[in-house]
Amino acid sequence: MLNPEPPRLVLTDSAPLSIIASGNWQVRSFVPPGVIAHTAAALKAIAVPATAHWDLSQITGLDHIGAQLLWNAWGKQRPPGLVLASHHEDIFRRLEQAGKLTVPPETEARWLSAAFVADITDTAFDHLNGFIALIGQLVMDIGQFVRHPLRGPWKELSANIYHAGFQALGITAIVGFLIGVVLSYLSAQQLHTFGGDVYIVNILGMSIIRELGPLLAAILVAGRSGSSITAQLGVMRVTEELDAMLVMGLPHGFRLIMPKVIALAIAMPLLVIWTDAMALLGGMTAAKLELSLSPIYFLQSLPDAVPLANYWIGLGKGVVFGGLIALVACHFGLRIKPNTESLGHGTTTSVVSAITIVILADAVFAIVFSDVGF
Amino acid sequence: MGKTLSVSHPADGQTIIQIDHLWSQFGTFVVHQDLSLTIRQGDIVSLVGGSGSGKTTLLRQILGLDTPARGQVRVFGTNVAESGADALQAIRNRWGMLFQHGALFSALSAFDNVAQPMRELGTLPEDLIRDAVLLKLYMVDIKPAEAMKMPADLSGGMVKRVALARALALEPELLFLDEPTAGLDPNLSDSFVELIRSLHREMRLTVVIVTHDLDTLFALSTQVAVLADKRVIAMGPPADVMRVEHPFIEQFFRGARGLRAQEGLTNHAVSN
Repeated sequence: MLNPEPPRLVLTDSAPLSIIASGNWQVRSFVPPGVIAHTAAALKAIAVPATAHWDLSQITGLDHIGAQLLWNAWGKQRPPGLVLASHHEDIFRRLEQAGKLTVPPETEARWLSAAFVADITDTAFDHLNGFIALIGQLVMDIGQFVRHPLRGPWKELSANIYHAGFQALGITAIVGFLIGVVLSYLSAQQLHTFGGDVYIVNILGMSIIRELGPLLAAILVAGRSGSSITAQLGVMRVTEELDAMLVMGLPHGFRLIMPKVIALAIAMPLLVIWTDAMALLGGMTAAKLELSLSPIYFLQSLPDAVPLANYWIGLGKGVVFGGLIALVACHFGLRIKPNTESLGHGTTTSVVSAITIVILADAVFAIVFSDVGF
Repeated sequence: MGKTLSVSHPADGQTIIQIDHLWSQFGTFVVHQDLSLTIRQGDIVSLVGGSGSGKTTLLRQILGLDTPARGQVRVFGTNVAESGADALQAIRNRWGMLFQHGALFSALSAFDNVAQPMRELGTLPEDLIRDAVLLKLYMVDIKPAEAMKMPADLSGGMVKRVALARALALEPELLFLDEPTAGLDPNLSDSFVELIRSLHREMRLTVVIVTHDLDTLFALSTQVAVLADKRVIAMGPPADVMRVEHPFIEQFFRGARGLRAQEGLTNHAVSN
């Protein structure tokens, strides 16, 4: 059974011309390499006259794929003098009933055709529309939350702060510390050449507290929480949980999106402080090793080197970045269609867009606050 | 009905699935206790049992998706839990499985779902695959126009039928059906039963069905295996199994629904 007799065709010269097929014509007989090509060539070489008689009664095993091979060779019709075993009759009857089945032609999308360009513009407007609607809904939901705070989604809020904030402490600490070390080494070498060793505090303090801390935390959170929010909403779409919520009268905006946005807007500034502290710790350690700058001096001169306004700018960035990441993740999560490909694509797009938007927002901050905190 | 089916294949009787002294447990909860079951070639075996009796677990163990705690499962003489990749692939090409919810690849169209197992063989030419896929879809009553749709755009019943076409793609000798008629309308259910019966006749298919649908059970099965009390309490032709004294069998077959299904069956037999 595991090694079936290969399919065979024998031509007899008697009149009328008849062809005897024997052996096993089941799909697994065609699996060994060469068998299918050999059989197809044999079927072609016979160049069957329409009057030829086919004898399939000696076939030991036949299935739809083997039968299809013969059927195609017959020009998709039953030859007149066909002899076959009674239990194979159904297979050919089915082929005959099925008739000619053809796949409908595919409509190919052409690059830079009018339809293609229109499609892109449509999608862009659709995203813009959706995002604006999402923000509008969020404002209304927050309004409702403020009016009836006791009926708010407190549990979801606390769970989201835990997942996005507390569970991110480890990774932000490691990355923050290492970036601090790297930055400190790099600046220390340059400063040492000019004899400006003490300015390491200014460079590290300003860059980390004002720029790098918030940005690092945001990029890590976009990768961690952004992707998880998008994937979560996407799977809820696939499993129809989103529809179930609507049917039960649990609005997505109030129960899913608002808690995530608020949670990230709360957790992100806290993470920014944490990342700042870790990065400064890293920088301080490296400064001690490289420039023998004492940590006590570092800590004492930090408040003078970095005006307080920079902390507030950093915290403000944290709130804005957190809210943006959650909004972008929810936007893409809700647009996922119920299939696996869309889920993967949506998650990727969400993370990439979140990081891009965060950097864009950072540039806006830099321009708006260019006169503050120096 | 069972008789006519077995008469047409005198060569039947080779053991296809052999389960010996199988135990399975989840933590401390024992699902199967010293369960043994033999399924022979040409049989259509319905696996019935209350919910939580471990039907799906047993099916997953036969398919090699789960490993039993003790005991072994042999399919085509191969131990599915301990065989190498080649031996397993050889038996996987000989069986087909219809999952309860279809389990179609959502990134592929209905057509590509059915074509996937054929393409995986690596030897069949694409035009033959195209014809074979369309025929398979025709057999389960899916029109070519619907073949290019994605699974998300198909109705529940259509997903099930495409999944059956995929299970049948490589013309398996052994077919597993998990709740095949759940979610199908009665008409489709009947044509489904008819399709399985004719495939069974042509290709000496061995079929294992997990079902709660008594109509399907009586219409198709040559054997019924009843899972209860953590083992197979009865196995045999439906008529014999029904006579076994056991609370579950009593309630399952002789409840109002059971009687109705049997009544339908006798009427059907008379009209034939």
